[in-house]
Amino acid sequence: MDWFQLQPEEWQAVRLSLKVASVATLASLPLGILTAWLLARGRFFGKTLLDGLVYLPLVLPPVVTGYVLLILFGRRGVIGAFLESHFGLVFSFRWTGAALACAVMGFPLMVRAIRLSIESIDARSEEAAATLGASPFWVFLTVTIPLALPGIIAGAVLCFAKALGEFGATITFVSNIPGETQTIPAAIYALTQVPGGDAGALRLSLVSIVIALGALIASEVLARRTMGRGGLAA
Amino acid sequence: MMRFAARLTRPGFILDADFEAGEGITALFGPSGSGKSTILRIIAGLQQVDSGKIQLGEHAVLDTTRGLCTPPHRRRVGFVFQEAQLLPHLRVSANLTYGRWFTPRDERRIAFDAVVEVLGIGHLLARPVSALSGGEKQRVAIGRALLTSPHLLLMDEPLASLDHARKQEILPFIERLRDEFAIPILYVSHAAEEVARLASRVVRLEAGRVTGIGAPGELLAGQGSEGRIEPVSVLVGQSAAPIPSYAATRVEHPAGAIILPGAVTVSTSGIRVAIRASQVTLVLGEVPRTSVRTVLEGEIETIEPAHQPFVLVGVRLKGGDRLFASITQMALDDLALTTGMAVLALVKTASLDETGIQGHHAGAAGRA
Repeated sequence: MDWFQLQPEEWQAVRLSLKVASVATLASLPLGILTAWLLARGRFFGKTLLDGLVYLPLVLPPVVTGYVLLILFGRRGVIGAFLESHFGLVFSFRWTGAALACAVMGFPLMVRAIRLSIESIDARSEEAAATLGASPFWVFLTVTIPLALPGIIAGAVLCFAKALGEFGATITFVSNIPGETQTIPAAIYALTQVPGGDAGALRLSLVSIVIALGALIASEVLARRTMGRGGLAA
Repeated sequence: MMRFAARLTRPGFILDADFEAGEGITALFGPSGSGKSTILRIIAGLQQVDSGKIQLGEHAVLDTTRGLCTPPHRRRVGFVFQEAQLLPHLRVSANLTYGRWFTPRDERRIAFDAVVEVLGIGHLLARPVSALSGGEKQRVAIGRALLTSPHLLLMDEPLASLDHARKQEILPFIERLRDEFAIPILYVSHAAEEVARLASRVVRLEAGRVTGIGAPGELLAGQGSEGRIEPVSVLVGQSAAPIPSYAATRVEHPAGAIILPGAVTVSTSGIRVAIRASQVTLVLGEVPRTSVRTVLEGEIETIEPAHQPFVLVGVRLKGGDRLFASITQMALDDLALTTGMAVLALVKTASLDETGIQGHHAGAAGRA
């Protein structure tokens, strides 16, 4: 079983991937919930535009998304330069940039799952809460979010899984630097480009499968538990 | 005291209503589609209007001339929905206390324990909402609304989605909260028996307009502006006693005994019995040998045209109550009925509903 021993640089890629995917998911979750709620319940000017913008990364070639990120968030990019001078936050060629690319790519999947679950909530539950004295903010916090929880979990897991597998936008935006931006897919790609890298590529592929499967099972269990607490399951 | 005036135009429907509701239960009564539920939603702030003014006690919550529209959560109005609308992710106790949270401390004048006791829901507190029956859900929904200590309680056909036994289970609770918590209640219903039993005032609505305001006895006897509402007479009996061996109740009335289904114990005097005009048969001459147990004596006072082929005959019963009978024009002509004639009015026990009796139900309050 010697061949299954992960090499140190492969471990590094696994750890980095988990870090990037977790940060990408957790950091985009609040914005994802808010966006999903706006798209599900809001009526405002420009809703169609926001809708399109959110889903754009899903249909654009990932390389294009990565390139746009490079233009906007690169050191000399409009947003990138501002963030660096005001907050010391640098994205280009850093793991934070990988996380940003993964978050952008996972965002449409997350928003879609949460939006669907918010749309399936009986609006009359929210009305009932309002007549009991809850302001729109409290209705959102105590009724909408708990009832949408299965969808929120599903959306987060989808985003996490997408982030683990993200390749095109990440490599375009932050390149393929071992220990900094080389996530599992980038490492597999690099290994397949050198002689004798097959074993490493296979090991990392197996790790990918295990992590993805684990995430799916965890989300299923979590969703079932939240449903059970709500008394929806028999 | 609540004053309501509002106008709302929707394709195929115009609401233009104006009325007041005071202490006790005011019933909004009318056929479905007449705008009853819409009025409740407007009062709660869940429905926008074209123009209107709502005064709740000394506060105005809506006044379109001043651009005032208090959002629903600041109106302090309790709402009991037709299908309970409990929060599915919370247990019964959390549903009950949900609104208390948002009620200012010095305005919490209704105590948790009192509500739980009156509604008989103490044994349900730890349950998830999904484990409740329809009647239990509705009692929790009433408790939840009460615990916000509202200035006005809106009830939108709270019994409509329940079967007969569940209605009997809830009605006494509604009577108790009317009597014990002193909150004005606006009660929407299209069931005349419920209105006769609960309401002290009735506002009749037809096609978005108020077509009558008055005591249940006078108002329910009307046919509505188009003769499409079935008149219901409310007779006031002197006393009632159960006949246990027959599972029936005998109500004494000056015109004769009224036999009701079910052994009902009534604690109050002045028992109200609601009788639909279509359930009354008129007989000339002697008391016939008949299976009908309720035979009331009186004389014809009015004969009004009604929706074809019927006419509405008003009978002045001995003792002064008025009883309406809906009969065909054919029967009227064949019997040559005219005003002033002595008649017997027959009412089948099976057509009477003990829902219509006001008072405490000893037998019916238990869970079936």
